[in-house]
Amino acid sequence: MGLNTPEIELLGIAPEIALVVGALFILIVDAIIGEGGNKWHLWILSTIALGVSIFLAVQAWGSNELQMGDMIAVDGFAAFVKITLAVFALLTVWLSRSYLHRDGIEESEFYGLLLFAVAGMMLMASAADLIMVFLALETFSLALYVLVGFRRTSLTGQESAMKYFLLGAFSSTFLLLGIAFVYGAIGSTQMYGSSAAGAGAQGIATALVSLPAGEFTLLVIATGLLVVGLGFKVAAVPFHMWTPDAYQGAPSPVTGFMAAATKLAGFAALIRLLDAILFPLRGDWRPLVIGIAVLTMVVGSVLAVVQEDLKRLLAYSSIAHAGFVFTGIIASNDRGVSGSLFYLATYGITVLGAFAVIAVLGGRDERRTTVDDFRGLFYESPLLAGALTLFLLSLAGVPATVGFVGKLVVFGAAVEAGYSWLVVVGVLASAVAAFFYLKVLVVMYMQERQEGAEPATSGYGGLATGVIGLAALATVALGLYWSPLIDFAERATFFFSAGG
Amino acid sequence: MTEVSPGYFLALAGLLFTIGVVGVLVRRNAIVIFMFIELMLNAVNLFFVTFARMQGNLQGQVLVFFVLVVAAAEVVVGLALILLIARRRASLDVDKVRLLKW
Amino acid sequence: MSLPAYLPILFLLVLSTLFAVASIWVSSKLGPRKWTVAKLQPYESGIVPEEGVAENERFPVKFYLVAMLFIIFDIETVFLYPWAVAYEELALFGLIEMGVFVGLLVAVYVYVWKRGGLEWAE
Repeated sequence: MGLNTPEIELLGIAPEIALVVGALFILIVDAIIGEGGNKWHLWILSTIALGVSIFLAVQAWGSNELQMGDMIAVDGFAAFVKITLAVFALLTVWLSRSYLHRDGIEESEFYGLLLFAVAGMMLMASAADLIMVFLALETFSLALYVLVGFRRTSLTGQESAMKYFLLGAFSSTFLLLGIAFVYGAIGSTQMYGSSAAGAGAQGIATALVSLPAGEFTLLVIATGLLVVGLGFKVAAVPFHMWTPDAYQGAPSPVTGFMAAATKLAGFAALIRLLDAILFPLRGDWRPLVIGIAVLTMVVGSVLAVVQEDLKRLLAYSSIAHAGFVFTGIIASNDRGVSGSLFYLATYGITVLGAFAVIAVLGGRDERRTTVDDFRGLFYESPLLAGALTLFLLSLAGVPATVGFVGKLVVFGAAVEAGYSWLVVVGVLASAVAAFFYLKVLVVMYMQERQEGAEPATSGYGGLATGVIGLAALATVALGLYWSPLIDFAERATFFFSAGG
Repeated sequence: MTEVSPGYFLALAGLLFTIGVVGVLVRRNAIVIFMFIELMLNAVNLFFVTFARMQGNLQGQVLVFFVLVVAAAEVVVGLALILLIARRRASLDVDKVRLLKW
Repeated sequence: MSLPAYLPILFLLVLSTLFAVASIWVSSKLGPRKWTVAKLQPYESGIVPEEGVAENERFPVKFYLVAMLFIIFDIETVFLYPWAVAYEELALFGLIEMGVFVGLLVAVYVYVWKRGGLEWAE
């Protein structure tokens, strides 16, 4: 019996390898050096690892093939997502440095886990086999469970980590069951189906062509389970229960990272699955996804109105934003895919900026995160208030910010695909959402500062300021001059449904 | 030797998975919930192995390895988190742990 | 879609849900709960549990740490078995692959060691 040993080409997963090696290096070096000292080397090493990773991801731009025994798809879509993820991670690392240093919990494990998480998310973007999706998902989920509970002395932190863990593990079993059903239906877990591993090897894409029309039932059930499993990760209603708790209890930089990067990674897998692989089955999955999208937009926006805690409020807002991305997926045309990518990239930058402001203003141990704590903020630190205003306006989708452009693109794609009524729901949800963003603004500008309140900012580094500045700059610049990024996203979808 | 139809294995796996789901939704102790999640994972393993036999290839059995390893990693991370909470408070009841609204 | 072919799955889903709910409900109703001292003691294969350990902490935390490290390293060996089975066929390719795999494990081991995860005594 001859065994086919797969050809090993490292270019496709080089960005991930760089991150894993970097993370191990950071962990081991720090363990050997030991305690004490100002741990400035940690964030510099992380920055270098991420920089190398971005460089390698850019190298893969333009190639379009399956590698590693058809486990890894190296295409423009994956490259776009990987570069965006690494940028999110860079901002998070810089912000975390200030945050952890202030709170006195700076440890190598934080950076190591963050890099592992990013590596897992990148794998998710280029997974061309369902078992790869599962492994990538678990890689970043396990890292995130620990990161959420990284403030070990905080009771809320521990509690949110436990809830996130239990619900996350619960949801990934559904994803796994979906994978098992796919395997039961077609005898393999490959997405594309291969030319390399012999005649018998088929994937979902080839099976959809070759199977008779009546044989899809098990595959349809499997699709539903996959959507449920991934829907948990992107915080879609009704699988959103963990989101507010995890977002509130996690350290603010981690919350920002989860809102930006976890969503991007989860949606990357969803987009590849639904809009490329399972495109022929769209008549079957569309009703389900439309239901999820409508619920997500409406529930996220409505429940955000009653929140008192700013982090919880932004958690519900992130749920609503997941719904807007779903409209792009439902359109499942080129504009829908590129629009979703654009939306996720720009939403990520904005929400990272918003949580950076909260991280700075929350003070040591994050004591000040309720909306009331931000009363009269403008009169105390006008610059931070201005930045937060900008981010909130962008999240609300006000023109001249990037949030407006993003909504325009995904809604445009949905209209093009004939889902105007879905866009009407989306616009109504945005109108509700605008209300609670305005509520925060009113508190910041119109109300007097509380008597005897702690000073807003206490000891944060220049790095955090830089992150806020960069995010604010990107929010405005892309809001006025968006064509380069949209162009980039559009070229990312051209290579899309690659496959042998 | 009489051949046992794969249908029975599928039925058993489905039953185990459903018991797991119901258990997660009904029980309130974090450790017990986690045990039910493990039950669900193993039910999926049974699905994989049975489908592997029906499909006549080995891929499903290989996948079980990966599921096992991931499950072990989950156990380690999960127990560490649960232990951290247990040392700070007496209760592991997920309903009593409610600083955050559930 | 050939629904009739998968009707048994649907039927089974309903049936198993009912069974699961019913059995949990019945056991909560019927099961007598008589706690005795012997029942509440941790079972240690017939050995009488050691006295004098702190009230809420039946095992020292070190025990859990070592147990967790054991589980994670133990289960990784599962990947060595397929390699052993197909050792001849895989030849050099397999050797390199497993070298990378074991190398990663060694790196993690060094990390755990240096972080003091293996030190039993305080």
